[in-house]
Amino acid sequence: MKYLDEYRDPAKVKALLNEIESAVTKNWVIMEICGGQTHAFLHNGLDAMLPAQIELVHGPGCPVCVTPLEQIDRAIAIASRPDVIFTSYGDMLRVPGSSKDLFAVRAQGSNVRIVYSPLEAVQIAEANPDKQIVFFAIGFETTAPANAMAVLQAKNKNIKNFSVLVSHVRVPPAMEAILSSKSNRVQGFLAAGHVCAVMGFHEYPPLAEKYNVPIVVTGFEPIDLLNGLLATVKQLEAGEAVAENQYQRAVKFEGNESAQKTIRNVFQSTDRKWRGIGVIPQSGWGLSPEFQEFDAEKRFDVENIFTQESSLCIAGEILQGLKKPPQCPAFGKQCTQQTPLGAPMVSAEGACAAYYRYHREAIHG
Amino acid sequence: MCLGIPGKITEIYEKDSLKMAKVDFGGIAKEACLAYTPEAEVGQYALIHVGFAITLMDEEEAQETLKLLNEMADLENEIP
Repeated sequence: MKYLDEYRDPAKVKALLNEIESAVTKNWVIMEICGGQTHAFLHNGLDAMLPAQIELVHGPGCPVCVTPLEQIDRAIAIASRPDVIFTSYGDMLRVPGSSKDLFAVRAQGSNVRIVYSPLEAVQIAEANPDKQIVFFAIGFETTAPANAMAVLQAKNKNIKNFSVLVSHVRVPPAMEAILSSKSNRVQGFLAAGHVCAVMGFHEYPPLAEKYNVPIVVTGFEPIDLLNGLLATVKQLEAGEAVAENQYQRAVKFEGNESAQKTIRNVFQSTDRKWRGIGVIPQSGWGLSPEFQEFDAEKRFDVENIFTQESSLCIAGEILQGLKKPPQCPAFGKQCTQQTPLGAPMVSAEGACAAYYRYHREAIHG
Repeated sequence: MCLGIPGKITEIYEKDSLKMAKVDFGGIAKEACLAYTPEAEVGQYALIHVGFAITLMDEEEAQETLKLLNEMADLENEIP
């Protein structure tokens, strides 16, 4: 497929690996923000082909992983109601709440449906006027324009039986939380390409300067990933720390301004709790005052559900790049893809799931 | 989750007051909303995420990247 196949060419991958090899002289710790990038590195075996001086650590950019446990429990409480059709992106259904997941709720007879686009949830609301349709609006900046449009459509069409359970998170505050932590090891970032397709990368130059880290906007194909790494390594070796773009075919500095405008209309900045990490100030979006009527937490009175994480799961340290999945005592033992303890083992983008799928030897030491 | 796939716009139409399109992903056709890329035209490639075009692919930039990479790979081949 155009814009994909040409970025998977083995000859170019080899050339880039050689370039990286000749550029690197010291040890560097580099974090890829996005879980999609983590999986692409491991799926293509690129992590094993990199020079030993480069250590990749895996970032928190997996919305399924960072959606807090209590939000899953709130989703389960709402989905269990007989008057509700609960709609969600497919990845959320297997994420364990404190006692079960949304698939189990569906198996017990509740109406839980997977949608590809949030506009489908609005259509379901129109087709079922006697039911309450709730959409689980999770995601980073990439997904926010779509979720915002669903809310806007419901308002424009005066659809009263539609609401959203919002758990939107933003990348730059998470990067700042990682960088300002005393235990931070990250020296350079591959920024999440599709987040930047929406938001641009004007938020990154101040971060790069303040924390003296290179931040390189990076895509998802093997050549994109290596191009991003090469640019990061070159900056690190030269003692530079700027924001730059290695995903030019999809990302402009200013991003998609029309999408940003709708996000600003429907959502407002708010504190968010990240699963395994805790509350990061102003790190997410909630509904703006004008759209409060669509807030499922208020409509179904689930705001007071709070819950505790499994004490075995070290998802917080994984998501901050402090530890890798095989360092978790439960990894591959109590925690597997069949019996996940934490979200990073569930999500198609979680770091634990990536190691479980592609680095099976890590399970047996 | 932030998976975005470039697809070719094959048809543009309006539905529920939103600009929509049929998009071809190497033989698989899906519907996508063009509300955030109103300048999109049939034949162009858009990056689709959860049923929305979040950006149009920049052909010139893509060619530029590939040109640089080809030069790099050619250079590699010349080294004995």
